[in-house]
Amino acid sequence: MSYTKRNDGRKFDEARDMEAKVGIIKRADGSAMFRIGKTIAIASVYGPRELFPGFLQNPETGILRSNYDMLSFSVNERKRPGPNRRSVEISMVTNNSLLPALDLSKFPNTVVDVFIEIIQADSGTRCAGICAASMALADAGIPMRGLVSAISVGKVGNALVVDLNKEEEDYEDGATDVPIATMSHNNEVTLLQLDGNVTQDDMKQLMNMGIKSCTEIHKIQMDALKEKYKGEIDE
Amino acid sequence: MNNSMKEYIVSSLDKGVRMDGRKLDEFREPVVIETGISKSAEGSARVKIGETEVVAGVKLDVGEPYADGADEGVLICGAELLAMSSPDFSLGPPDAQTTELARVVDRGIRNSKMINVKKLCVKEGELVWMVFLDIYTINDAGNLIDASALAAIAALRSAVFPVLKDGKVQFGEHTKEKLPLVNLPVSCTLAKIKNHIVLDPMNEEEKCLDSRLTITISEQGHIHAMQKGGEGSLTPEDISAMVEIAMQKSKVLRGQLP
Repeated sequence: MSYTKRNDGRKFDEARDMEAKVGIIKRADGSAMFRIGKTIAIASVYGPRELFPGFLQNPETGILRSNYDMLSFSVNERKRPGPNRRSVEISMVTNNSLLPALDLSKFPNTVVDVFIEIIQADSGTRCAGICAASMALADAGIPMRGLVSAISVGKVGNALVVDLNKEEEDYEDGATDVPIATMSHNNEVTLLQLDGNVTQDDMKQLMNMGIKSCTEIHKIQMDALKEKYKGEIDE
Repeated sequence: MNNSMKEYIVSSLDKGVRMDGRKLDEFREPVVIETGISKSAEGSARVKIGETEVVAGVKLDVGEPYADGADEGVLICGAELLAMSSPDFSLGPPDAQTTELARVVDRGIRNSKMINVKKLCVKEGELVWMVFLDIYTINDAGNLIDASALAAIAALRSAVFPVLKDGKVQFGEHTKEKLPLVNLPVSCTLAKIKNHIVLDPMNEEEKCLDSRLTITISEQGHIHAMQKGGEGSLTPEDISAMVEIAMQKSKVLRGQLP
């Protein structure tokens, strides 16, 4: 049960190498790519735009509609195209993780659509998707209180780790996986899921590790956004 | 598409110029083809034609052959017009445009006999390789069909077999053996707008075209698939002219395949 050394040589609190890019899909109002290790997520945003059918419209505020899916060849064993129970749930928790950072009150009766696709999967796909989506929303010019950054933390054997890869997730009879998302302006948590087995003390530590890691991701996201708008900011 | 937009496009075409400055029979440049874009796939590719972007991936598995091809592997080609790639696309089951895209690409590969399906037989009547080819649009700036066909071909060309042990695929373990490919079908799509024929239509042209013709051509210069689209008609002269342009351009595109 003792996991003393990570299979890819990382420190326990070290995330895989990351890369972020904003403005990758020209047709969209906002778009971004986020890569962490071998996991690659892309996201695009359309809106605020008119919402159909009309009964879904809210005269008080715009609504957010997020959709997460994986390309059929993004995993080792082909995934059947189209939504499944897993992707439906992830779409919902993704939506809930992004919404607190947005202010859609100025856009009543409209919808902001977020589309997330996983190109290549090696664990942490929902978190990578949230990171990409958050940058895409900013790129689309949606009013935001802060960026949303997400990372998965967890317990592999007896070790608490940041950013589990696939091999760690499948370690012995399974690791504990805790995806966390925080908002950059106040470090409040907007995504928290857990499956596995941890103590109360573990959870406290995991929380701190997750929040710390999200702060680092936030910087990478900001840099990617600044990179796209460089000329405009400098002037 | 409003009428004034169409009038503008047609009046430019009368002068021999397109909205993006291309000549009528000019493909967008550069055409960028990149392979190995998803390591989880047995083969994958990304194709950019101007701002149009499409990805395709190949997954391989084994299964029972069809009764009418007991010693032949199976190709299953699917496509998804991702809602992320255009404000005109939405989530949900495949619509007619999606189905057409997948079927036109599929027909080009199948009819040109690009894949030697006999070599995909593991045990006659019992076990054959199944090739799942999936196409996804990332950004729709026009002419998704040609971009998809190119991405499909490039993905198939880059694909390697996974390890097969006791009749089961070891997912994630790849061999170095490539697919048995014998031909390279490339498609070219042309649009007729009023009395003008344009190659590689962009969004605005697609929205106001009268008819469209996709022609898939093999290395030998044989035509293996055609698909007429749009609500208008084509004269036999139009078709001859379109085929002539496609013959020339398909050679150039084939030369750009990695």
